Amino acid sequence: MRTLRLMGVTFFSLVALVAWGAGGHAENTDQQSVYAEIAKAPEKYRNKQNPMASDPDAVAAGKVLFEEHCEDCHGVGARGGRKAPSLRAKEVQEAPPGAIFWILTNGVVRKKMPVWSKLPEPERWQLVSYIKSLGPMDDSGSKK
Amino acid sequence: MSHSCPKVFFLFVFISFFALAGAGQIRSQENPYIVAYDHNLEEPGNLEVEYFSTFGTQRGGNDFHGFWSEFEYGATAWWTTEFYLDGQTTFGDSTVFTGFRWENRVRPLKDEHWINPVLYMEFEDINGADKIIKEVEGHDVESDFLVPNAIARQDKTREIELKLILSSNYKGWNFTENTLAVKNLSNEPWEFGYALGASRPLTLKGAAQRCNFCLQHFIAGVEMYGGLGDRYSFGLHDTSHYLAPGLAWNLPSGWTFRIEPTFGLNGNSHQFMLRWGASYEIAGFGQKIAQLFRGNHE
Repeated sequence: MRTLRLMGVTFFSLVALVAWGAGGHAENTDQQSVYAEIAKAPEKYRNKQNPMASDPDAVAAGKVLFEEHCEDCHGVGARGGRKAPSLRAKEVQEAPPGAIFWILTNGVVRKKMPVWSKLPEPERWQLVSYIKSLGPMDDSGSKK
Repeated sequence: MSHSCPKVFFLFVFISFFALAGAGQIRSQENPYIVAYDHNLEEPGNLEVEYFSTFGTQRGGNDFHGFWSEFEYGATAWWTTEFYLDGQTTFGDSTVFTGFRWENRVRPLKDEHWINPVLYMEFEDINGADKIIKEVEGHDVESDFLVPNAIARQDKTREIELKLILSSNYKGWNFTENTLAVKNLSNEPWEFGYALGASRPLTLKGAAQRCNFCLQHFIAGVEMYGGLGDRYSFGLHDTSHYLAPGLAWNLPSGWTFRIEPTFGLNGNSHQFMLRWGASYEIAGFGQKIAQLFRGNHE
């Protein structure tokens, strides 16, 4: 009986924790502070060339990976979602491919962007190829 | 009570899976490990519902089927919390609910490093009939499982378990090393154990079309785990050790399936176990719960 009571208390504490903690996710992330993280990419990464740049399938493969792993937060076509900013902003589109790769590898864990090092390097570069292929888009949604 | 607990367990699992209908989905990228942990945490706001099963052979007694459900939630990008429900069937004996566990994994460093530490803390409230073998600790041996369920379940165990997880991703490979220390909250000594793992996707490049059977969705690996004795008798002796090759299949729909034949490495170990699991990742679970409580419809 004591085990069941303890289990119930633990479980409902967790539900309360989820309900309380999830509120933060529903709020818009401070987009500028997230974009500012790109500028922190070390020189070593900024200078890296995308090894998948000449692969004709890289953009298509990156699109599939984006839909599977990123779209839920960053929105359809990377236009931004409830949880994460647009990747069509000039801060992202004008960033060197290596800087985007660095963000994918390290995440921005204090600002809710998970680490994606669990995806193999070629897949992360395919994602970079796709994101860069989208081109910039302004806040009104029109392509620049 | 003894008959109602397994029913509560199965009802809970059923309702949880039923609740998935209409939920958002996301493809997870899970390694095949069942015992070892790597440093990859759950994405924030996502809930992964998992069911695992262990068929184990037992010398001198009846074979068994240990099973458990996990509810793994990404509280933040650096903190994952998980709730377990355990049960087992010993063939020719009975089916019993054996307890629950609550674990937390915290990533202390914000960037990716050559070796990435994760701190693990777990509270478990289980009884002596528990047979899921989620870890091997102290002097755990095969003969511990010979006690009939009716007697074994009288033995209550409340433990705090700490783990240091050191994990690396390198050229598509994951290597992980876990060291664990367990303290029974009654007056028993600290016990220790270990788990090691290595895994790699069958191919490192993503396919240009969405597909279920592309090699990128399959991750093969191997894990080894065992006990390290206790503070009075530390070492690899008088405990059990296992080697387990495994395969994980991560479907684009959000489902992951794992299978892991497990082989005992010494006379103290179960000779063979077959472990498998199915899991489903629900994207944006946190937002749905928040909306439920706050009426916040976006």
